[in-house]
Amino acid sequence: MLLIECPYCGPRAEIEFSYGGEAHIDRPGPEVSEEEWASFLYLRENTKGVLAERWRHAHGCGRFFNALRDTRTDEFKAFYEMGEKRPDAEKKEGEGA
Amino acid sequence: MSKTFRLSGYGRVDRSRPVTFLFDGKPVKGYAGDTVASALLADGRHLMGRSFKYHRPRGPVSAGSDEPNALIGVGEGARHTPNLRATQVEVHEGLVAISQNRLPSLRFDVGIVNTLASPFLPAGFYYKTFMWPHGFWDKVYEPLIRRASGLGKAPTAPDPDEYGLHYAHCDVLVAGAGPAGLAAALAAGKTGVRVILCDENPEFGGALLSDSHSLIDGVAAAQWVARTVAELEKLPNVQLLTRCSAFNYGPHNMVALNQRLTDHLASAPVGMPRERIWQVRAKEVVLAAGSLERPLVFEGNDRPGILLASAARTYLQRYGVLCGRKAVVMTADDAAYRVAIEMAEAGLKIVAVADLRANPDSAVVAEARARGIKVLPSTTIQRAHGHYRVGAVELAPVSADGAVGKGRTVSCDLVLMSGGFTPSLHLHCQARGALTYDDKLGVYLPGDSVEHVRSAGSCRGVYALDAVLRDGAEAGLNAAGGEGDLPVWTVTRQDQPGEGGFAGALPRRGPGHLALAFVDFQNDVTAKDVKLAVREGFQSIEHVKRYTTTGMATDQGKSSNVNALAIVSKTLQRAPQKVGLTTYRPPYTPVTFGAFASHARGDQFDPLRLAPADGWARAHGAVFEDVGLWRRARYFPRAGEDMLAAVTRECRMVRKTAGIFDASTLGKIEVVGPDAAEFMNRFYINGWTKLGVGKCRYGLVCRDNGFVYDDGVVGRVAKDRFHVTTTTGGAAGVLNMMEDYLQTEWADLDVWLTSITEEWGVIALQGPKAREILAPLVDGLDISAEAMPHMFLKEGTIGGIPMRLFRVSFTGELGYEINVPSGRMREVWDRVWAAGQPHGLTPYGTESMHVLRAEKGYLIVGQETDGTATPGDVGCGWAISKIKPDFIGKKALALPALNAPDRLQMVGVLTDDPHYVLEEGMQLVAAPQMQAPASADGHITSSYFSPALNRSIAIAMVKGGRSRMGATLYAPRLDAAAVRVTLVDPVFYDPEGARVNG
Ligand SMILES: [Zn+2]
Repeated sequence: MLLIECPYCGPRAEIEFSYGGEAHIDRPGPEVSEEEWASFLYLRENTKGVLAERWRHAHGCGRFFNALRDTRTDEFKAFYEMGEKRPDAEKKEGEGA
Repeated sequence: MSKTFRLSGYGRVDRSRPVTFLFDGKPVKGYAGDTVASALLADGRHLMGRSFKYHRPRGPVSAGSDEPNALIGVGEGARHTPNLRATQVEVHEGLVAISQNRLPSLRFDVGIVNTLASPFLPAGFYYKTFMWPHGFWDKVYEPLIRRASGLGKAPTAPDPDEYGLHYAHCDVLVAGAGPAGLAAALAAGKTGVRVILCDENPEFGGALLSDSHSLIDGVAAAQWVARTVAELEKLPNVQLLTRCSAFNYGPHNMVALNQRLTDHLASAPVGMPRERIWQVRAKEVVLAAGSLERPLVFEGNDRPGILLASAARTYLQRYGVLCGRKAVVMTADDAAYRVAIEMAEAGLKIVAVADLRANPDSAVVAEARARGIKVLPSTTIQRAHGHYRVGAVELAPVSADGAVGKGRTVSCDLVLMSGGFTPSLHLHCQARGALTYDDKLGVYLPGDSVEHVRSAGSCRGVYALDAVLRDGAEAGLNAAGGEGDLPVWTVTRQDQPGEGGFAGALPRRGPGHLALAFVDFQNDVTAKDVKLAVREGFQSIEHVKRYTTTGMATDQGKSSNVNALAIVSKTLQRAPQKVGLTTYRPPYTPVTFGAFASHARGDQFDPLRLAPADGWARAHGAVFEDVGLWRRARYFPRAGEDMLAAVTRECRMVRKTAGIFDASTLGKIEVVGPDAAEFMNRFYINGWTKLGVGKCRYGLVCRDNGFVYDDGVVGRVAKDRFHVTTTTGGAAGVLNMMEDYLQTEWADLDVWLTSITEEWGVIALQGPKAREILAPLVDGLDISAEAMPHMFLKEGTIGGIPMRLFRVSFTGELGYEINVPSGRMREVWDRVWAAGQPHGLTPYGTESMHVLRAEKGYLIVGQETDGTATPGDVGCGWAISKIKPDFIGKKALALPALNAPDRLQMVGVLTDDPHYVLEEGMQLVAAPQMQAPASADGHITSSYFSPALNRSIAIAMVKGGRSRMGATLYAPRLDAAAVRVTLVDPVFYDPEGARVNG
């Protein structure tokens, strides 16, 4: 079970959280092309390496926040609030690094 | 010669506490501290089980949790536990144990024919057989194999025992309490940090308890253990757990332990759980899992009486049991010589030590020779003879090129084998640790891990006792932060580990294709099976594992993995590190299912949500159904009524007079704030700006993909306050989705969201008499048709209790939903019920609710919709706002594909036969004779007998359905002719909607 650090409550066990998928995906307005809209809806990086992702402290304070997690190791590199920029942690590393 | 193999002066069992237990119905004597295996061995009994596939007679090969052979069932009735290792099961007075997988008895077994059939049960047998004609597998092979092969039998009655679950945090968790683990725990504990030390055995000490040779600080190893444990017990920051296995290493240093609390007791204290799972979150973990001696692979190596040398030493030094009278030692490693010396001292005749190596010459070898033990270098075992017990072995010379010459057969009743030691990497691998291959030791060692974990002692290839103690102490201190004194011990006598060890199949003379030389004892996988797999093209070790099943038994390949790897490596002529090792998976040792379930069983499996009128419904004979976690009244049968009769009566009464229904399970969310209306505009497909205070509107929620997600009536309580209702099942999801958009997309909005599902109880009062019943109760509130038309909302009181009154209807009748605080709803319910009696007020349940809404063609999200339906598909295209610049789903709903005319659309369906009720889920096709596979035109989503129409009705999703009114389709049936149906408008009853405005 992952240990997740809610920026508002501190480190808590994974069962208190719900997962929110890849972070920093801006929802476009209806004026965009169909291709752009489909990309927003369905296309994800499927990162092997450091992924920015959303979590919600669903059984705690209820807040959404972002985290940087290495999908190869589950190691969290950072936790940060919604609206903050992705911290300059290691950018996506090459495969198998 | 004495009949007992128990020696005085040896062992740690308590001779003052004799114990009698039953094995296969016969009494066996032992002592407190014995295991079932040691007690049976003390009687000279090695035969303890039959093998999985070939029913070969088997005895214990080890003395611990790595035991693959001696699996027994323990306990009776519902408390029977199969497949326990006799080498671990502690005896107590009255213990009942049985051998397994034998027909009819352990000694006479008809399943042994499987051995004769062994050429027909090769590697990949199951896969190959699956390709035979299907019926052959079902009717011939499967029943035969099921009967003949297998392990113990699981009990069928519910587990009567209780199990505990405990969460714990510590700074340092030490797994394993051998020399490295004890040293680590003490080094860490003395710094003052919180330490948990666990070990699967009843006593701490590990291999030291079997070591009568080494001296630490001048005292015997076992004495040092006692001293160290006493020191640990004095530290209040150290928690010591015996009989406690670390079986799973999860992410972020969450380690699961299984503590066995009562199985070793003749009678358990009242209220004590049988086992307890510990979920330990440790800042640092020290793995001191030790190493396991490897069996050697030769023909007949599974005969009872063939043991690991270290196991025989443990039986002697811990249990005072000599495993035989006359032994051959087969080794490729120095450690077996110490065993030979000690066993000879205890009275065992050592025929010879056969050593695979050409020049064994370490100090311990010299000592053995000096004591008159015959050492045969460059010698192997060609074959072991015997059936229920090994009787002889052929010792054959091995030349430098590996050729095996003609040997001589020597008689013996015991073979001690030693292939060297394999570090236990299971937990390290579960911690996603890398492995590095050590050429010198010929084994894999732990490499880096992403977790805060370190290995110490022989589980990382450190074998000499002085080095192990130092390694453990350093690991413990470093895990504790590195500040503090490093405990130092002086080992004043010890054996130095020599080089050597062997992995793979021993060299043999002649072809081995008929030889049963076992690699995996528990799954009956032989060396030839592994070679065959490689010859058939399986090169990845993971594929060989699955094809042969080696390493897939409950022992997780503890004794077999390295030998299998070496055979694959040799057959492929590829270095072991290029072959790799299979993944070790949890659990390290099997864990009782009950321990995983813990308290989550029976009534405590799930929380039960009770609606406020639940007690009333029970008192009035309701039949209930589960809706998510809610228990809801389904119908209220009167004497002699079945469901159809009860539901028909309930529905008729609602349409004729009035019905009362507990609708409290509806999800309810309050949307509050200056931007509440704007939030609603963005979230729902409908427009909300123009909805006046005191009015309600039916709202639909889509996902951004344009598909319907949830629906419900929304009331505007104030300019900045909306009372939102959701479906019963969608409440949590809708709130989560609202929070998601509010927090992450629309940070500009000043809005608060609050779940009020549990705060407001809801009484649905529906039917033409509803107003008459309610009016006198609402403390003067004007609810006349003029003052409160359909889809209006008023706040007030009912008998002094605060109330939000909605005039809404899910039945098509004049109706109200009376929202009152949940805790007081029962009072209000009783009052409404009493007031309704003169009018014939009738309680109704969820079944009638479904029928009444279907008669009106109201959809249920999740029943008519399946995650691919747009609002337009279900006839709600009217709800989509045309003027809002954006809302969730707007872009998608404009896509051509979501507006195609041939999409599945919601329609009504009538059967030709008014008494035939279609099955929900039935497909609809164009012609009566269509054969599968045929594409369907649609499917039935709801189907009932309608009391109002006195005939069957159904709702369906049909391709282009709305433009096909009057069309004929067919619902095929498996056992009868297809049912002819006609598509109609889904509003079956009161299509003008006059009644709802009554
Ligand atoms: Zn939080």
